[in-house]
Amino acid sequence: MKKKETIFQLLMQKPWDPAQAKIDNTHDGETLNLSKGKLGLRYIMVVSSIFFSLFIVTYSDRLVFADWQQMPEPLLLWFNTLILFISSAIFISTQTASKNNQFEKVKQKLLIIGYLALAFLLGQLFVWIQLINLGYYVSTNPANAYFYVFTALHGLHLIGGLVYWLMTIRKVWIPSDIVVANTKHTVELCAIYWHFLLAVWVVLFGLMLFS
Amino acid sequence: MTADSYEDIAANKGDVIPALEVPPQDLYHARSFWTRWIFCQDAKIIGIQYSITAIAIGLVALVLSWLMRLQLGFPELVPFIGAAEYYQFVTMHGMIMVIYLLTALFLGGFGNYLIPLMVGARDMVFPYVNMVSYWVYLLAVLVLVTSFFVPGGPTGAGWTLYPPQAITSGTPGGDGLGIILMLISLSIFVVGFTMGGLNYVITILQARTRGMTLMRMPLTVWGIFTATVLALFAFPALIVSCIMMTLDNLLGTSFFMPALVEFGEQSEYSGGSPILFQHLFWFFGHPEVYIVALPAFGIVSDLISVHARKNIFGYRMMVWAIVIIGALSFIVWAHHMYVAGMNPWFGFFFATTTLIIAVPTALKVYNWVITLWKANIRLTIPMLFALAFIVTFVNGGITGLFLGNVIVDVPLSDTYFVVAHFHMVMGIAPVLVVFGAIYHWFPLITGRFLHEGMGKFHFWVSFLGSYAIYFPMHYLGFVGVPRRYYEMYDSEYMTVSTNYLNQFITIVALIVGFTQLLFLYNIITSAKFGKKAGKNPWKACSLEWRTPEVPAGHGNFGKELPVVYRWAYDFNVPGAKEDFIPQDIAPNQVPEAEAEQT
Repeated sequence: MKKKETIFQLLMQKPWDPAQAKIDNTHDGETLNLSKGKLGLRYIMVVSSIFFSLFIVTYSDRLVFADWQQMPEPLLLWFNTLILFISSAIFISTQTASKNNQFEKVKQKLLIIGYLALAFLLGQLFVWIQLINLGYYVSTNPANAYFYVFTALHGLHLIGGLVYWLMTIRKVWIPSDIVVANTKHTVELCAIYWHFLLAVWVVLFGLMLFS
Repeated sequence: MTADSYEDIAANKGDVIPALEVPPQDLYHARSFWTRWIFCQDAKIIGIQYSITAIAIGLVALVLSWLMRLQLGFPELVPFIGAAEYYQFVTMHGMIMVIYLLTALFLGGFGNYLIPLMVGARDMVFPYVNMVSYWVYLLAVLVLVTSFFVPGGPTGAGWTLYPPQAITSGTPGGDGLGIILMLISLSIFVVGFTMGGLNYVITILQARTRGMTLMRMPLTVWGIFTATVLALFAFPALIVSCIMMTLDNLLGTSFFMPALVEFGEQSEYSGGSPILFQHLFWFFGHPEVYIVALPAFGIVSDLISVHARKNIFGYRMMVWAIVIIGALSFIVWAHHMYVAGMNPWFGFFFATTTLIIAVPTALKVYNWVITLWKANIRLTIPMLFALAFIVTFVNGGITGLFLGNVIVDVPLSDTYFVVAHFHMVMGIAPVLVVFGAIYHWFPLITGRFLHEGMGKFHFWVSFLGSYAIYFPMHYLGFVGVPRRYYEMYDSEYMTVSTNYLNQFITIVALIVGFTQLLFLYNIITSAKFGKKAGKNPWKACSLEWRTPEVPAGHGNFGKELPVVYRWAYDFNVPGAKEDFIPQDIAPNQVPEAEAEQT
């Protein structure tokens, strides 16, 4: 796969063949041109995409039945979505700052992102409280159940992201932990995960909005 | 046995490719007893921790199977077992054996121990995550064990946990904590496994040593790798169904629960789909069969090749078959649901895909057999187990062809024929590989052999015994004995022969079960007093035997990582002095060996 080798070419190799052996002997043991961290993050994103996709499949299976009653979308939900967009945008500029070695800026922006994430989580909680007060309980209707499940699971993913965010903060903050290349890498991974969570939320929110 | 003659050449490399200049990996260094043996980040120790935990919980499942068999054969001996207890034992036996024993042992146990050693890495790429993965797995096991002690006992819903019965009050553990703990335990297991899988996949893809291309890896690694990728796709389905069913149970949602009347009272559920659960469950459940089988395929290929002193026949085909089986395993799941009321055309589709899977699987079996053809077969204990695996797997596979066909499955569904089939194909067959693998790699882990006499006894009793148990079950299935019935003594349609057979099976099952205790005794005593094995006692080619010290020390490969010059199957190369050439021996170190013509 590395050096433009397709999976089919790879699987066609004859490892016992002397000509192939000469090529193989110089192989450096890496399959993809990716850092281990980045590949690890992709792994996690794939698992969690499958996880959400399966929920979406069951959702689309359920919503065609007559007893499905659409939930209202409180304005606060739009506001929360905006927060996610803003934090993703800030993360882009954080990445730029980190590429340019401006770690003071990175520190500030990471803090803002943290606050925004907390604001988002609290916002989601307020939405829950609002809806519960309006009588939209989790067991009243399947649409409600899916709404609470989607928001809860997305929130849990964000809390997981906050753990990684803490690790990133530590790498930027504590001078003994600063290894420039590593820190940049961590900031980049954290940013990718944040964008991913935004994408997941947009899909879930869009799904609930337009179905 | 003395060290092989390659020891000296390996030290004197001469004019060969130098080891790759890699930045030193941040290796974890244990500082105390706790971090060395308990909270350890070394994959080898984690592998052993996984194995011990898996075998310990597996023993619980073994005891449960004895109790079930006693109830079926001699119910008067076990008056304390009623219908509820029987279903609880069936459920816990199945779930523990499939998930907490086999999956954890193959991937967590063998995966952790062998992957870094076989691909030439110092450790897994994320050792800390790897350690957490084990502790999360242990937590899952403990939650599961807790369910034995809660009021109402563990769930008795059957290992498939089908709703609505799984969470209704008529089912043992259904209205108590039993089912909740089971669902939570499974969810924790999936989280833990995802962390472990992250390590297996990325270590194999990105942390191999120089010269170790993917197509030079031993088939064991291919099997574990593909199984982990399957788990990556399949386990989310399990956790999704567990979350949804937990919510149905605790919060009264109706994801899976239809409107139903329970004890004369209308429940508050309405509109949920139990069939949806079945789809989700089997979308996980069928790949799960291959998550267990693929590592077994890989390991058995290596055992056969090493102990028959011959390269594995059709290495590339073996890899292709592993990958193709893995891919196909995702489009066969509904063959578990032929009697669930699905559209027959839907069933026809799944019958076709199911039968297609037999092609790459049969190809593997042919290749194993052809590898044995004119080979220098050594009937060591690992080899005996490998041979027994081939036979057993073919047996179980062929009954799978019966059950894969809708029209044959319908009458056989829910009979002992099914029980016999899946025990042969994914119970006995993989367990035989586990045994073979333990006998094979025990010298690697402890530096000593397992006792041979006890080993042979263990093999013959387990092998012949399991046939004595499961062959008659096919007959029981044909005569219509239903599975999951806790008592059949006075049923009029049962012939007398089924009673005798049940008694026979029970007696054999107890004998086979107790023989496993002898095996454990063998492991414990041989670890301390067994015959010393020396380095590479089986004269294998793969890297796990090429560490400077056996058992491998911290960082596995001493100062320099090995450089790989050949595949893992250079046995009996024409011209070579020894009948094998390890992977890290350069061509100019064995100039007399002729390259194979292809």
